[in-house]
Amino acid sequence: MLSMQNISMVYRTDLVETHALREFSLEVKEGDFVSVTGPSGSGKTTFLNIAGLLEKFTDGRYELDGRDVSALSDTESSAVRNEKIGFIFQSFNLIPDLNLFDNVDVPLRYRGFKSAERKRRIEGVLDTVGLASRMKHLPSQLSGGQQQRVAIARALAGEPRFLLADEPTGNLDSQMAMSVMELIAEINRGGTTIIMVTHDPTLADMASRNVHIRDGRVSDIATDTQLAEVATG
Amino acid sequence: MFSYYLKLGWLSIRRNPLLSILMVTAIAVGIGASMTTITVNYIMGGNPIPQKSDELFKVQLDNWDPNDQSEGEYELPEQMTYLDAMALMRDRKAYRQVASNRSGLVLEPQGADELPFSVDTRNTWADFFPMFDLPFVYGSGWDDTADRNLERVVVLSKEINERVFGGEDSVGRSVRLNGMDFRVVGVLGEFQPVPKFYDVTNGAFNEAEEIYIPFNIAVEYEFSRNGNTSCWKPSDGDGFEAFLNSECIWIQFWAELRNAEEKQDYMAYLNAHVEQQKALGRFPRPLNNRLSDVMEWMKDREVVDEDAQVMLGLSLLFLVVCLLNTIGLLLAKFMGKSGDIGLRRALGASRSSLFIQHMIESGLIGLGGGILGLGLTWLGLAGIKMLFGDFVENLASLDWVMVLTAIGLAIFSALLAGLYPTWRACRIAPASQLKTQ
Repeated sequence: MLSMQNISMVYRTDLVETHALREFSLEVKEGDFVSVTGPSGSGKTTFLNIAGLLEKFTDGRYELDGRDVSALSDTESSAVRNEKIGFIFQSFNLIPDLNLFDNVDVPLRYRGFKSAERKRRIEGVLDTVGLASRMKHLPSQLSGGQQQRVAIARALAGEPRFLLADEPTGNLDSQMAMSVMELIAEINRGGTTIIMVTHDPTLADMASRNVHIRDGRVSDIATDTQLAEVATG
Repeated sequence: MFSYYLKLGWLSIRRNPLLSILMVTAIAVGIGASMTTITVNYIMGGNPIPQKSDELFKVQLDNWDPNDQSEGEYELPEQMTYLDAMALMRDRKAYRQVASNRSGLVLEPQGADELPFSVDTRNTWADFFPMFDLPFVYGSGWDDTADRNLERVVVLSKEINERVFGGEDSVGRSVRLNGMDFRVVGVLGEFQPVPKFYDVTNGAFNEAEEIYIPFNIAVEYEFSRNGNTSCWKPSDGDGFEAFLNSECIWIQFWAELRNAEEKQDYMAYLNAHVEQQKALGRFPRPLNNRLSDVMEWMKDREVVDEDAQVMLGLSLLFLVVCLLNTIGLLLAKFMGKSGDIGLRRALGASRSSLFIQHMIESGLIGLGGGILGLGLTWLGLAGIKMLFGDFVENLASLDWVMVLTAIGLAIFSALLAGLYPTWRACRIAPASQLKTQ
């Protein structure tokens, strides 16, 4: 379903070359829940950006749902991102002057859905995350956990095949983090493929599979020891 | 999506009110300055009678001094002698023709308490009214018979009818002018051609006359002339009769010619008339008659003053400076939205959709600038009226075309100013923004 073969990503300036990913290869099957761990600067976020078509890579081959996405135009990659990929960010990234309904509405607008369809989906996903009664509230009127739930609702509204989560509980206390993780796990049980970057071994353990990145390469499927190293260091 | 982008634009404007006010003000000041001069130029250069401006022709005959040359060329006189005007009126070779001049009479109201007052008068012919499409609220112009029979008839402007008859239907009633009774045959509605094309010589932006009387009556009773009179050689004798037979020019002559064939025939007639007069010892210059339609005549007489055109250029330059400021402000605003832009890119917005969104936001700012700019334009025109008084009363007014132009120019300017900031905003790499929100 997601197949990366020998992906390289090099950031170049006049003076220096930085290899964010080196011959990075990874296969993710439909319905997987993959946690990605690794030390800071190991290339986790770069991997996630490339997986989400937010960045072009320097070399290698990337297939998403069997389609080579390395040479897509901006409009094509935007459409793929809109239809197939949902994003959850550490800092929620809600638009402060839009209410919850309008925040969740953003990706649906770019999808071109009619008003009635958008309303049905928005109300449905907000109900799923337990915030249907607050859809006219602004993000600032919600707690951090609730804001992340809205971000999850926004990611789910388009019914994506993939959910890419970058430290989704990084800004939450442990109780709220666990609640959000349970929601993400439930979404995965519903059939959505999830790739989650995290530093937290407990959260990584909740995934069906762990991938460890070191120096821009997939080190291996993370062991408990490696997870513990990540947690301490 | 358009309404969605409008909503986003409005939210964005509200999010940074100070920046938005600065941008709107920058555009408004530029629009206010440029629209003030554009309006004056527009009214100066407008077509005063668009429905038939290409059928109305100013008639010029070159009877002037052979020794008077400007840069080696003979300049055609603007007006016509009485001799020629009457010959042309007698022959009636055009579909319609009219000789007219400006004079002033004293009107004596009938009420015992009211004092006489002077009225601006046009001495003219029956064809004047249908030829120049004068609107009537009561009655009509006089007919050819009145011209021929020296009938003392008068057409009143709306203002004079209001002043003398309280705005009632005064047709058939009489008014006393220079001690003589004139029968009212018609009352005009609003009539103020700008420019006053039929008499540019005496002021292209003067008010239309207050009353209209037959030309022959004015000649018969030797009413004084208020308009320009030029002579290149002395009259043969003294008195009014000698003046009428002189080479002095003081009459504006217009002909209505409905097509190219009529124009060609009329020109041939004019040439024949001049050749005949040459045989009698007149017209010492080479044959040089001219027929200019309304807009050609406006251009020929340079109705749009050169100073006004320079002012227009300067004000447009000022608008450009305001737009450069707006570009800087828009750039700051859009770069400040990089987080929002990065997020939208992640959620599926293409560069083109973000481009449209931000151009619509620029357009909204332009709309605001246009509306405020209209207010400043109104102030600018009011300032011109205060500075120059009644002389520019007819130049300094906004019509709906100018209102739409102001709004359109403001939106267009804002879109132009928004191009570069929008392009820059759409180049923002989304990945770099999502972590930093």
